[in-house]
Amino acid sequence: MSVKKAKLHRLYDVNGWMFVSLAVGLIALMTIYPVIKSLWLSLHSGRGVVTHFVGFDNVVRLFYDPVFKKSLVNTLVFLAIQVPIMIILSLSISSCLNASNLRFRSWYRLAIFLPCVTSLVAYSILFKSMFAFDGVVNASLLWIGIISDPIPWLSDPFWSKVTIIAAITWRWTGYNMIFYLAAMQNIDRSIYEAARIDGVSPVRQFIFITVPLLKPVILFTCIMSTIGTLQLFDEVVNITNGGPANSTLTLSMYIYNLSFKFVPNFGYAATVSYVIVVFAAVLAFFQFKVAKDK
Amino acid sequence: MKKIRLNRAVMYVFLTIIAVVSLFPFYWMIVSSTNQTSQINSGKFTFGDQFWINLHNLSEQVDLGVVFWNTSKIAILSTVFTLLICSLAGYGFEVFKSKNRDRTFNALLFTMMIPFSALMIPLFIMFAKAGLLDTHFAVILPTVSAAFIIFYFRQCTKSFPRELIDAARVDGVKEWQIFAFVYMPIMRSSYAAAFIIVFMGSWNAFLWPLIVLQSTELKTINLILSSFNSAYAPDFGLIMIATVMATIPSLVIFFAMQKQFVASMTGAVK
Repeated sequence: MSVKKAKLHRLYDVNGWMFVSLAVGLIALMTIYPVIKSLWLSLHSGRGVVTHFVGFDNVVRLFYDPVFKKSLVNTLVFLAIQVPIMIILSLSISSCLNASNLRFRSWYRLAIFLPCVTSLVAYSILFKSMFAFDGVVNASLLWIGIISDPIPWLSDPFWSKVTIIAAITWRWTGYNMIFYLAAMQNIDRSIYEAARIDGVSPVRQFIFITVPLLKPVILFTCIMSTIGTLQLFDEVVNITNGGPANSTLTLSMYIYNLSFKFVPNFGYAATVSYVIVVFAAVLAFFQFKVAKDK
Repeated sequence: MKKIRLNRAVMYVFLTIIAVVSLFPFYWMIVSSTNQTSQINSGKFTFGDQFWINLHNLSEQVDLGVVFWNTSKIAILSTVFTLLICSLAGYGFEVFKSKNRDRTFNALLFTMMIPFSALMIPLFIMFAKAGLLDTHFAVILPTVSAAFIIFYFRQCTKSFPRELIDAARVDGVKEWQIFAFVYMPIMRSSYAAAFIIVFMGSWNAFLWPLIVLQSTELKTINLILSSFNSAYAPDFGLIMIATVMATIPSLVIFFAMQKQFVASMTGAVK
């Protein structure tokens, strides 16, 4: 390489680093350093900033902490029930919206997408007021005749979970729908024509054509929703405040309580937060593998 | 033929039910802002005459101007800085390709999977040590460099015509000038789409501002809403007006930029 070329190459490299340095530096400082620091904190215990090294005592403590167990189970219940319901619902909606000569298509799409525009706090408060014991949801269900007694949506451990699941599903179904609609536009219409001529019913077309072809997008939305639900916070704080009797307490809310509500124990809170990190890491690994197989 | 018509009917009924369920909370929000708490709690869903009283009660409890100023200031500053920093990086990674930078980029992508709950405690301690708690700066700083937006801008840059960069270089234009005066104006629509996601994310943020901001005069609309809501006997009448106000900016942006909005949400998967 000539001197001039080497000089140009160096200039190219310097310019490249200049452009990315601010962003990389900030992510290193605001994401990578804290996540490592969090691991270090999890080996400590104490009140506030006065801490001492305890090794893996915090991990052991997890196993004897009923509140942690409860918040873990709650989070997993929300995940296991809400994510599949929402994915199936938004897939069904998208394939209806994708049907040929559907009237009012853009109006339906607009209406179903609109919930995504609301802030998490705002819609949580709406749901809290709608699901009040004498509120509009119970009144409507009683009027239609689906139930004969009002449901204690917010004050019963089981129904409060249902309320949270209903709320998240309302907020995010339209969001996922947009991804599916975009992916469906890339599916060749003639496949459906052929299936229709062969007498394949719409439901079977959906299961055997649409779903397999959308697999990558479905996986992507599943992982994004799972990570979102793992961090569930705004809704439970504002709808049920974790209650009744911790029945809607999530991991994120427990971490918040441990750090900022009770006498702060940052070390133990960091340990709980690493439970979420481990879940996310497993998902990331899974996504990476699938992306590589493609 | 009859069967197809039946299928169609089922489809329309299904979609209509979903659409009504999706829209009802918006209707409920607007109607409830005209009713008083006891009526809201007993499920009244017709318009009432309490709107001005609710508004009066709300403005007595908080200084709405200050709350909106705080929320807008944070949202606009963090959006502007996020767009600038992340588009610089996305451009840099794509235009100045190198092995080491690609490795760095892949490492950044992994940070997308790190949950915020695992960052908030160290971040809180960091800002406390720096004496920056209870400032808008602390709310904004951790949000301005986001791997997802960098990734988005790198994808967008792939479609940017390279000849323009080469031509400008031949003319002796400096690299940062190419970025500022050639790239940025041409990529307007990409910036518009990113603006929507980032602005909404910031306008709707809750957990980090909740941790950082303690003084009432610095709080954003979501924090005010949440604190009204957690009162022992929340006054839903005034809360509903605040909810309407918190939602309007997002709605306006959504309707004004609907096309870019959908494009921005799906752009990343393509």
